[in-house]
Amino acid sequence: MNVITIKNFRNALVTALWFMFLTFPIMVIKVNTTENLIVWRWHNLLYVGATAFTASLLTALYRQYRDRKRSQQQQEEGTSRVSWNERFFNTPAIARPVCALGALFFLVFPLLFSTYQVNIMTTALMYVVLGLGLNIVVGVAGLLNLGYVAFYAVGAYTYALLNMHYGVGFWVALPLGGIMAALFGILLGFPVLRLRGDYLAIVTLGFGEIILLVLKNWSEFSQGPGGISNISRPGLFNIQLSMEATLNYQYYLTIAMVLLTIFVINRLQNSRIGRALFALREDEIACQAMGIDKTTIKLTAFALGATWAGLAGVFFAAKNAYINPDSFTFLESAMILCIVVLGGMGSILGVIIGALVLILLPEYLRAFSDYRMLAFGAILVSMMIFRPQGIVANIRQSYRSSKDGAP
Amino acid sequence: MNMEPILSVRGLCMDFGGIRALDKLDLRIRAGEIAALIGPNGAGKTTFFNCLTGIYTPTAGELLLAPPGQPSRRLNGLKPNRVTEAGLARTFQNIRLFPGMTVLENVLIGRHCRTKAKILGAILRDPRTRREERENVDIGMALLKKVGLAHMADEVAKNLPYGAQRRLEIARALATEPLLLLLDEPAAGMNPQETQELISLIRSIRAEGLSILLIEHDMKLVMSLSDYIFVVDYGRKIAEGVPEEVRINPVVIKAYLGEEVDYA
Ligand SMILES: Nc1ncnc2c1ncn2[C@@H]1O[C@H](COP(=O)(O)OP(=O)(O)OP(=O)(O)O)[C@@H](O)[C@H]1O
Ligand SMILES: [Mg+2]
Repeated sequence: MNVITIKNFRNALVTALWFMFLTFPIMVIKVNTTENLIVWRWHNLLYVGATAFTASLLTALYRQYRDRKRSQQQQEEGTSRVSWNERFFNTPAIARPVCALGALFFLVFPLLFSTYQVNIMTTALMYVVLGLGLNIVVGVAGLLNLGYVAFYAVGAYTYALLNMHYGVGFWVALPLGGIMAALFGILLGFPVLRLRGDYLAIVTLGFGEIILLVLKNWSEFSQGPGGISNISRPGLFNIQLSMEATLNYQYYLTIAMVLLTIFVINRLQNSRIGRALFALREDEIACQAMGIDKTTIKLTAFALGATWAGLAGVFFAAKNAYINPDSFTFLESAMILCIVVLGGMGSILGVIIGALVLILLPEYLRAFSDYRMLAFGAILVSMMIFRPQGIVANIRQSYRSSKDGAP
Repeated sequence: MNMEPILSVRGLCMDFGGIRALDKLDLRIRAGEIAALIGPNGAGKTTFFNCLTGIYTPTAGELLLAPPGQPSRRLNGLKPNRVTEAGLARTFQNIRLFPGMTVLENVLIGRHCRTKAKILGAILRDPRTRREERENVDIGMALLKKVGLAHMADEVAKNLPYGAQRRLEIARALATEPLLLLLDEPAAGMNPQETQELISLIRSIRAEGLSILLIEHDMKLVMSLSDYIFVVDYGRKIAEGVPEEVRINPVVIKAYLGEEVDYA
């Protein structure tokens, strides 16, 4: 039975008072500078208080409900719960048609929707690649990287500069962009080998800013804030494509890229290297004591993650045909990190869903664009409270040898 | 029994700021024996393991590992992973499994230093990588069977009962194919039946030719299991010998005075 105790009530009251106090300057006082007037909007205080009070009570009720459900489940099963995605993948009757439908949808997407929609979808898919790349670093290896966008920039500028100076085409630049980004990943990896958690986050943040500042200020090299334009789009055997065909072509290229990323990362995660990366996140000391070279594995994580950002960067430069440093600000890093955290750290499906939700929703909810950041914050905070493992919880692979068969 | 020492420690010192946690420690462990390291709380036993396995760099002294039929190697200054490669594997006093990974994956991590698959192999899954992975899983499952956890191979490690976690740590250490196994209080928190199972497990590991050094507070276990005992107090070795000698050594009894010692 759900009951509201005196304690819940008191907590709610305190929360409400705090909220009223904290929001007082912005919600109640309104200064009209032209007429030198101060308007006191006391009614707002009431709304804030009432909302905070109800929200606090509802949270308390939800917590009671959740705890009870958990203890019930533990009594029944004795072991941990099975997450929805595990159930989903373990029932082929549901999983197969859903996957087939999803694949079909993405395949015929350009036929059904306008070029505008196709363009947005291409962008979202690029974020899937970025998210999956960052997922290796943050989700799997547990190294909080706040400067991930720097590698994206490295990829984009590698292509843009090579194209501008030497006329290098997309297909040649693609692997080069990946390799350059990987090198920068190792470059960043060396100084931060000893750092963890917050310290690592701050240094990577700084790294991102350094790259951005270099791109902005070293004009002879990067053309400065003006950016680089007229970057060649990806070619298709020298065939001239119409505008719409180019967009569709880019869309399918990005789809191919996403598929490649999923394929590679899935195989990596369930390999010797992937396990070592995950172990690094779990316990660094035990990891070393089990014979894993911390240096190598950390650098591997940075390089692997950066490679995908580099590839995505080349795609980005080719798609827009124009880049400037403004595309590579910290906000972008934060966005990609949100994708990983919201989707579910370490889970490929989670990151895909996270990217699609976070990139597509704002596009389709343009009417509410004023509240975008507010909604963003609210979503993330509530995720942290109610589902810290992300939309899709990470499930571990089960390995079975041919010999043992069923236990 | 082979009388060659597999591990010789000479004059090992470890300082933490002004505190001398280990003071000129000398000990030798012979190949194929079960040795025990005992001493009151805070004597420096875990610190000794940490120095041995490269987690701490000793202030002074020499650690020599002599694999049978091979030239001996200095372990000082090696990184922990190198020490493991050289043939030392350990468990931790406060269990340090990889809690979010499955039981089998935990053991597979132990295989890391004995396998080679690189990134390209992982992506392409060429025959060699596949074979290596298959062998790994087989070895891992065999080890789990040995410690009695085979039926829980796909369970996430943090869901295991305490005693099972301790056994999993042993399986994980064995997966690194060590010459010398270091166990830090393996029986801590186990009930008498689990302890009994642990004793037979340790015996069966020794029967396969491994040398074992264990830290333990459970005197019954130490006395019944070990061939040789080292006693430390305040970082100094105060006694050594076979169980019968140590049991009646007045210095040891004095060091343990105040603690209820159960010499069963
Ligand atoms: N990293 C460290 N920094 C400073 N002092 C340390 C450190 N590690 C251990 N010590 C000190 O060294 C001494 C020995 O500790 P150690 O953990 O080795 O004892 P122990 O013999 O394993 O005890 P227990 O039986 O309780 O496990 C203690 O006084 C401890 O405070
Ligand atoms: Mg200890």
